[in-house]
Amino acid sequence: MLPLQGYRVINFGWVFAGPYLASMLGDLGAEVIKVETRSRIDSMRLSPDNLDRDPNRDPWFHSGVRNQLSVTLDMARPEAVPIIKDLIRKSDVVVENFSPRVMSAHGLDYVNLAEIKPDIIMISLPAAGQYGPLRDAQTYGPSLTGLAGVDNMVGYYGERVLGLQQAYADINSSLHGAFAVLAALYYRRRTGKGQHIDMAQMEAVISIAGEAVMEYVMNGTVLGTLGNRHPTMCPHNNYRCKGEDKWVSIAVHTEEEWQGFCQAIGSPPWTKEARFADMFGRIRNQEELDRLVTEWTINLDYYEATEILQEAGVAAAPCLDTEGRFFDPHLQARQTYMEVEHPATGVDWVANSAWRLSDNPTVIHHRSPLLGEHNSYVFKDLLHMTDEEIARLEAEKVIY
Amino acid sequence: MAHGRALAGLRVLEYADFISGPYCGKLLADMGAAVLKIEKPGVGDESRRHGPFPQNIPHPEKSGLFLYLNANKLGITLDVESATGASILRELLTHADIFIEDKPPATMERLGFSYPHVREISPRTIAVSLTPFGQSGPYKDYNGYAINCSALGGQSVCAGEQGREPLTPPLSLGHYQSGAAGAAAAMAAVLGREVSGQGQHIDISEAQVWATLHTGNQESAFVMHGMKRMRWGHRTPGVYPYTILPCQDGYMSMIAIQGYQWKRFLELIGDGEVPEWYSAEPRFQDRREISLKYADEMDGLLAPWLTTHTKDEIHRLCLEKRIPFCPVKNMRDVVNDEHLKARDYFVQMEHPVAGELKYPGAPGKFSETPWQMEQPAPLLGQHNREIYCHRLGYSTEELAQLRTGGII
Repeated sequence: MLPLQGYRVINFGWVFAGPYLASMLGDLGAEVIKVETRSRIDSMRLSPDNLDRDPNRDPWFHSGVRNQLSVTLDMARPEAVPIIKDLIRKSDVVVENFSPRVMSAHGLDYVNLAEIKPDIIMISLPAAGQYGPLRDAQTYGPSLTGLAGVDNMVGYYGERVLGLQQAYADINSSLHGAFAVLAALYYRRRTGKGQHIDMAQMEAVISIAGEAVMEYVMNGTVLGTLGNRHPTMCPHNNYRCKGEDKWVSIAVHTEEEWQGFCQAIGSPPWTKEARFADMFGRIRNQEELDRLVTEWTINLDYYEATEILQEAGVAAAPCLDTEGRFFDPHLQARQTYMEVEHPATGVDWVANSAWRLSDNPTVIHHRSPLLGEHNSYVFKDLLHMTDEEIARLEAEKVIY
Repeated sequence: MAHGRALAGLRVLEYADFISGPYCGKLLADMGAAVLKIEKPGVGDESRRHGPFPQNIPHPEKSGLFLYLNANKLGITLDVESATGASILRELLTHADIFIEDKPPATMERLGFSYPHVREISPRTIAVSLTPFGQSGPYKDYNGYAINCSALGGQSVCAGEQGREPLTPPLSLGHYQSGAAGAAAAMAAVLGREVSGQGQHIDISEAQVWATLHTGNQESAFVMHGMKRMRWGHRTPGVYPYTILPCQDGYMSMIAIQGYQWKRFLELIGDGEVPEWYSAEPRFQDRREISLKYADEMDGLLAPWLTTHTKDEIHRLCLEKRIPFCPVKNMRDVVNDEHLKARDYFVQMEHPVAGELKYPGAPGKFSETPWQMEQPAPLLGQHNREIYCHRLGYSTEELAQLRTGGII
């Protein structure tokens, strides 16, 4: 039995933080119902990778929104609100990542929901939080790592800022959000009390940049672009290998690893030079060191370099791209991606869960839902609405 | 108002160094779990040597990273490699709801603390293993640091410039992702245990956290359309702008998915009207075309306005005009940010050696069971007497013997 079996989650979330969090709860066995509408479609269903522009055939959506059911309901319509409230009465967790005003504009903020379902656990994942001067700031995921001080460190050492260029903040907050919901469920199980969690994505990012915060707090030092440099390791970089855009990551920390590294690459004369003899010297001369390491890696396949170094106990791994990961034997052996049948695409490959639980091996028990696929289950089986009522609401585009 | 602690009563044993395991323990401790941290006698946690240190002078009790990650925990020293140390760990395990460890699988096997052993010693304990590559698969015994995990997990190839080396995320960010995944999975197992009565083993591979959560969606697009995500420097292809550009005193993160957002910005820099160099140029009428063919040229055309305005000025104007552009803040900006001040994000804590310092605060605000920083990180072995004498019943003489024997 999966740990969250018997719990119901209502997911109002869209691009990315809310849906990812809800999928994690779904992976753990909760019944997750995604409330969505054709009148303002979740852009995860029409992502840049969706070449067909069919909301039921989006590769991102199929991977990110699995183990969820879909119901179409336009919450901007006042008639939808009582239906949503009925659904929440039968639920345990509400997930949303709208701008702070949206849920309250529909009378669906925590205070209202707690009135109809006192032990509900609600999590909001806005950009900057439910209050504060930036509350209403519009942002996109990649900008939040900028606001949180992380992008400022992403770029080649001492060169211009490039940024992570990814929705790192969304995923980081979905992971912290999953922990927060599970902690709140644990508390509710012992006390019967629900609660609201206001998780500002910007703040959740600062929490994982503690080192840079402390550097400023302690010394007033502001870290700029760091490249692949590390304060206590060298070599520490991605080195060019044989082939097009192939790189191997290498990191050397201890003296033992350095000795292993030198032997593994055949002990060329430069490895005995005094300027590379200790970590201080290696870090000080790392540009030259990186050039010399590349003289060795450049003639090797990135897997070959990895194997030679790992044989000597040196940390190394190929820099895999999308295709490389798909065919990597380790990721395959650990079922990192799973083949799932889907009515609109035939077969999908979707990402498995981030964790492995020995007694609850994760399975994709519900493939990604078609838009509104579970309307009948929700409206008839759960909420006992009549066919006439459903037909009327469909005609009025409330169920839409 | 009296608030509850979400995880009151939950007992956690942390046998882990540096970031992944300690961050996992921190998330639990900050919500009220009782976390007991085991450190190696004499040297302590790896992060004690990592810094940052005040005035850059290394001191094991003043490492900013250690102090941040280990507040709210009790700390003891224990040499698990010794026979007595191992038997003490076995005893501590029987009191633990959650056991966090980050050692190579072969080391845990050798020490007699791999999961089958843990299950024998304490069937209700949930063991969380946080390693670079996981407990199974051909690379399970590989050595790995954060840069190797982000390489295998596909994060690295997504940052940096085409033709140059991929960039790993700064400051071992992946360690935090794996720690957070461990904490979430541990809580799921705690909830599951209330039904099953049994603990279980949680296997977290940092490379896999990247490969699933952060880059996993790319695999579907690869299988469906043969698409691969690569790195494109300071921008992401699609529609222009999706970019980071320099301004007078730093950088702006500029993404406009909707056409009206971009139009508002053009009107802002054109004093109320879209500038003629833009409106009169047929090549600029399709933002996908700009992204594909004229992005460098467009960066250059925006530069005169951007580089004569500060990031704060631009941000203020963008907030007024509802343009979703944000400054790329550095840590000075972040620590002094008015929004974060209004939300009391940063917290102050006094430490007996490092003194009073400001720390990052709650990753989420809980209405009923708030995140709290209640006590500073432990000094090395600070709670030895409390744990060994008061909890495990060793006498003061025995405590002295454990110490002289190098066991604690």
